[in-house]
Amino acid sequence: MDTIISITSAFTSVALAAAVIVGFVFVNATALGYIERKLCGRFQRRIGPMEVGWHGILQMPVDGIKLIAKQLIVPSHVAGPLFYVAPVLAFAPAALPFLVMPFAPRIQVLAMEAGLVFVLAVISFNTFAVFLAGWSSNNNYSMIGALRAVAQNISYEIPILLSLLTVVFLTGSFNLSRIVQVQESLWFVLRHPGAILAFLVFFIAAIAETNRAPFDLPEAESELTAGFHTEYSGIAFGMFMIAEYTYLFVNCCLATAVFFGGWWGPTLPFGQYSSCIWFFIKAYTLVFIVIWCRWTFPRVRFDQLMNLSWKYLIPIALGNLLLTALCTKL
Amino acid sequence: MGVAVRSTKTESGPIHYRYFMNVGPQHPSTHGVLRLIIGLYGEYVLSIEPVIGYGHRMHEKMAQSRPWQAFLPNTARMDYACCLPHQHCYLSLIEQHTGIKVPPRAEYIRVIAVELNRIASHLLWLGAFLLDLGAFTPILYCFDDREEVLDILENLTGARITHCFFRIGGVLADIDDHSANRIREFMRRMRGRFSVYHKLVTENIIFIKRTRDIGIITPDMARRYGATGPVLRGSGIAYDVRKQQPYSAYRDFSFDVPTGSRGDCYDRYLVRVEEMQQSLCIIEQALERMPAGEIRAPVPRTIRLPAGQRSFSVEGARGEVTYYLVADGTDTPYRLKVRSPCYANLNLIQELGQGMLFADMIATLGSLDLVIPEIDR
Repeated sequence: MDTIISITSAFTSVALAAAVIVGFVFVNATALGYIERKLCGRFQRRIGPMEVGWHGILQMPVDGIKLIAKQLIVPSHVAGPLFYVAPVLAFAPAALPFLVMPFAPRIQVLAMEAGLVFVLAVISFNTFAVFLAGWSSNNNYSMIGALRAVAQNISYEIPILLSLLTVVFLTGSFNLSRIVQVQESLWFVLRHPGAILAFLVFFIAAIAETNRAPFDLPEAESELTAGFHTEYSGIAFGMFMIAEYTYLFVNCCLATAVFFGGWWGPTLPFGQYSSCIWFFIKAYTLVFIVIWCRWTFPRVRFDQLMNLSWKYLIPIALGNLLLTALCTKL
Repeated sequence: MGVAVRSTKTESGPIHYRYFMNVGPQHPSTHGVLRLIIGLYGEYVLSIEPVIGYGHRMHEKMAQSRPWQAFLPNTARMDYACCLPHQHCYLSLIEQHTGIKVPPRAEYIRVIAVELNRIASHLLWLGAFLLDLGAFTPILYCFDDREEVLDILENLTGARITHCFFRIGGVLADIDDHSANRIREFMRRMRGRFSVYHKLVTENIIFIKRTRDIGIITPDMARRYGATGPVLRGSGIAYDVRKQQPYSAYRDFSFDVPTGSRGDCYDRYLVRVEEMQQSLCIIEQALERMPAGEIRAPVPRTIRLPAGQRSFSVEGARGEVTYYLVADGTDTPYRLKVRSPCYANLNLIQELGQGMLFADMIATLGSLDLVIPEIDR
């Protein structure tokens, strides 16, 4: 009897966690979509969506319903099952990093010992989905977009890893909640010059990793119309969009946890739970900067993008890592 | 879909596998219905073959099948971004051919309208060019300014895009104090806006990296292809019809012809931005020294075109616009040939684009400022 109860309760908690996280992914993507459209409007001297709901606040849910209700147009020349698998593959892993994300001391599904490694491994999965989408679309634009995406993501995973390792060296742990706990007195980005450099490298690489402007080459519309998702319509396209926003948010959460002290901030009532507010404020501030970059800069060229990673970011991150390691040893 | 990869065996070298890609006729960066068949090798462009004619509307044939007055609205539809130079050219040609004298005030009004149109066209180009480079925001700033010009032109000509404003022997309407004040207000605003553009665009490191030394057109190459307008001036040749063969009232104004030094996309950008400032200068002078008098010369009701040939050139926003008329003594032209600057400028891309990166080719195409309906006519 006890076993049954414990199995049931374990099952319930897993189901609850899954439901909460998937719900969070959708709500977050909707919120980010709305924030982005509003901010983009402001940057462009417009007011953004205003019609649906108060200040257009219901615009994104309505758009989501439209995407779901829309007929999925599948061109006759696409490569069968792979074409359908790709958007699911892009969307499904996007929720996983939140399992180990320490939003607050008590708000974390799984305090995994190798949490950082887990997040990085899951993020890399996106490349696979994007390439599959481009390849199975059997379209020249999509193919080039997919090739660009693979080259870009592989190049930028290295500086991301190297810059995060700097902090791992400082804390001696891959556990995200421990990394946050260490920063109780002072954030890493304020505490250590190596961490500042690591954050800058991480931030640039993270924008490139999530295919955001000015590094949005896989979907450069002036060259490749819509890049790897040219042939996708309806909710299949929507899934790529949700995945993109989610990965963007995951990267900002990662930066918050690793460099900006996660949930630490002035004490709030119910500190164990409500301190996640600080986490979200920090993460959304970073999101704001990413959106700001997107609507300000022109797009870089492909060779420039590669050069930036291999000639500048990787050597800087590597040198920074070695110096930090040396400092911690001394 | 068709064949994605085709191999071409060259005489000595290895087999090159080309990845063929259709850019257009429906594509975000072809600004109309231009189609480019591009042979790619990875990210490198091996060959470009422009396909034109999707927007052919038989303007030249229409010119020789109706009385010349009825062709006036057609001139407003050649170039959707900058139509007044076309109209100016056509009417100046007819007026010269039939010996009609245009009152000086009308010429001044024509110059002001054309220069406003040129500014609107360059603003449109600036936004579209930056969109080609992947910057989304500047186009809205450009459209914001362009909107002001269009409002003024709408007030003046009655239309926002296809202004049919000039009339034989003059213009449709006068620039009164209200319009003049609006234009002055716009000039004040626009002069302040250039610093915004310089901060947002000219000094932007990514913009410089994307355009400096990209798409270099040598003066020799520009001459070979018959390039005109900012494309030619970007290569350092100070050829401007307004200076070389001053027509209308342009002799009365002092203005500079900006030129580039390297002939790259960045130079063409700088030339166009400087040209907008020069246009403002011309408008300012024209408003100041506007002579009093009639805005339309008395013209007989029916005018036949004397037999003979004549051509007339003006400086459009994209280059030299030439209308060539062959008349046989009736009121219908025997033949009317239009030289559109974009046609010559487009041809540059075939030679220019070879060996370029795909993204650079798009940037170069954007820097040529093509209006496809003008090529197709």
